[in-house]
Amino acid sequence: MDRALSWLLGGRRPLASHLLLAPAAAWMIVFLVLPAAGLLLLSLAKNGPYGEILWTLSLNNYRRAFDPKYLPVLLRTLGFAGGTTLLTLLLGYPLAYFLSFRAGRWRNAMLIGLMVPFWTSALVAFYSWMIILGKEGLLNAALLRFGFISAPISILYTSFSVLLGLVYFYLPFMVLPLYGSLEKIPRQYVEAAYDLGADRWTAFRKVTLPLSLPGVIAGSLLTFVPCLGDFLTAEILGGPRYYLLGNLISNQFLMAQDWPFGAALTCLLLTCLVGGLWLYRRWDDQA
Amino acid sequence: MSDETLLEIGPLTKSFGGSVVLRDVSLFVRKGEFMTLLGPSGCGKTTTLRIIAGFEAPDSGRVKLSGFDVTDQPPYERDVHTVFQHYALFPHLDVAENVAFGLRLRKAPEAEIARRTAEALQLVKLSGFEGRRTASLSGGQMQRVALARAIVGRPALLLLDEPLGALDLKLRKSMQLELKNLQKRLGIAFVYVTHDQEEAMTMSDRIAVFNQGRVEQIGTPGEIYESPKTSFVADFIGGANIFSARVLPAAAGRAHLMLEDEFELDVPLDVGERLPLPGKRVRVAIRPERVKVYYKDELPFGALRLAATLKDTVFLGDACQIYLELFKKSPGRMLTAVAGGDRYAVHDDIGVPVIAAVQPEDVYILEPDDDD
Repeated sequence: MDRALSWLLGGRRPLASHLLLAPAAAWMIVFLVLPAAGLLLLSLAKNGPYGEILWTLSLNNYRRAFDPKYLPVLLRTLGFAGGTTLLTLLLGYPLAYFLSFRAGRWRNAMLIGLMVPFWTSALVAFYSWMIILGKEGLLNAALLRFGFISAPISILYTSFSVLLGLVYFYLPFMVLPLYGSLEKIPRQYVEAAYDLGADRWTAFRKVTLPLSLPGVIAGSLLTFVPCLGDFLTAEILGGPRYYLLGNLISNQFLMAQDWPFGAALTCLLLTCLVGGLWLYRRWDDQA
Repeated sequence: MSDETLLEIGPLTKSFGGSVVLRDVSLFVRKGEFMTLLGPSGCGKTTTLRIIAGFEAPDSGRVKLSGFDVTDQPPYERDVHTVFQHYALFPHLDVAENVAFGLRLRKAPEAEIARRTAEALQLVKLSGFEGRRTASLSGGQMQRVALARAIVGRPALLLLDEPLGALDLKLRKSMQLELKNLQKRLGIAFVYVTHDQEEAMTMSDRIAVFNQGRVEQIGTPGEIYESPKTSFVADFIGGANIFSARVLPAAAGRAHLMLEDEFELDVPLDVGERLPLPGKRVRVAIRPERVKVYYKDELPFGALRLAATLKDTVFLGDACQIYLELFKKSPGRMLTAVAGGDRYAVHDDIGVPVIAAVQPEDVYILEPDDDD
């Protein structure tokens, strides 16, 4: 089977391998490469007074993007993405560890439970959070009831609610790669560490943790990168005060009707993301 | 048992999810002794090893190391190291760091770590491999690193779980001798798990033969081979013809047996050997290599004479296997003999009457035959 595949895909029959790759390649070209090229072209265009696109090519939009007035948005976005990554890692690592090492026969049920948020629309999930976190929401009601507070406090439309939404939504992106890398560690490595005199904590520190680092990095990237472009969470749970890079971009397209500028911002974000992934791959190949 | 005893276990019982893996396993290991746990897969030998290491807790029974009960101690508190079946070398550390792992945990001084690591690598003939990644090593080299990692801390007892199982035959043979020499030189007691009876015979001071969660017999390779106590041991180590025999009244120190209701045998008993009462049945074993086949009545002195028909011969290269029909009442029950040379590998001989000769002391009396 392996042989047949490598024969099909190998250098001896390039035609066959091209045929096999053709559907995927066509899909990628139509839905990824062409739109990206269009976006790049658009980013060089000029916005007309009535939101129409004038095809006089220049780097003006990029110059505008580096205007210091956008710096706070960028820093806020990096802060939220970084904070979310850190929090999901702190919450997700023990969870993934438990799933892999301790859950036993409950493992599959728990993994499915972890996936459930994926199956509900993000919009529905966030509106549910609004109901929970609002002034008259469940959380405030509970806090009042048990006497922790005397008047409803604002939980919604704070940095807390944005972070909560992001962590809620991206936790599975962190846990699954972590779980995958922990699951791949042969249990004999841990036993060998015990055997050589390492107690549980030392064995974790010296063997399990270093061997799960690829999962930590993959999970962090899978959380950090989409967080940078996330706009729904900030829009629904954060309000205008927590305007992030994603909101800035979506506003160019939906509100300001400045598509060329939005395209330039998108291209910059994409360049950073692809650059980051490329660096990771290089690091991974060396290790 | 003397004050030389290093490890004493028993009587261990263990079951996993309702299936019993160990039934009253007891044994002891002396200081510097090479003890092999031998048996087919699933016989409980690896579970016994894991209990000694501390990876499993027995359902009942104790593990005593140098006189101290360590049954409730975690593995990292026991002065015992393990060479794992698939080596379990840490992939994120190089060869030297793998070997030094235990020393580093004990916070040994850097100079000492370097010296002892180099020493251990030299013992396993891997000097110069310090900086290599473990993934780049061959199976034999990984095996040596695992060994160096386990002996560098000079434990009193080393546990080895089929350490040569993944190596090819030739490498395995040379590693057997090397391992045995190393063990003697270091004076570390080995508890060695294997399913390979030849390996056990070559290396061990004593062998514990496991079968279905029980220890069937413990003894030196010579004792196990020369006086097996059960048909399992006789068959598993060296191979044997196993028959059933009825006990007849006999003189003291001797056994008078009716083999498969056809041949009367008079054989001496080992010192201290007890026989069931006359009328009961026992199993007896005769090793193929102790059966001599003669075309004429020219028996050596004292040999038991068994008239047979030559049924088949199989040429094995350095020896020849001969199948003899011995019993008229159960013709399917053959006596197998093994002879050196090619003298018997003549197919024209098939069907001719021959005489099988066995020395009385080569008839081993085993356990009672429960079939009746």
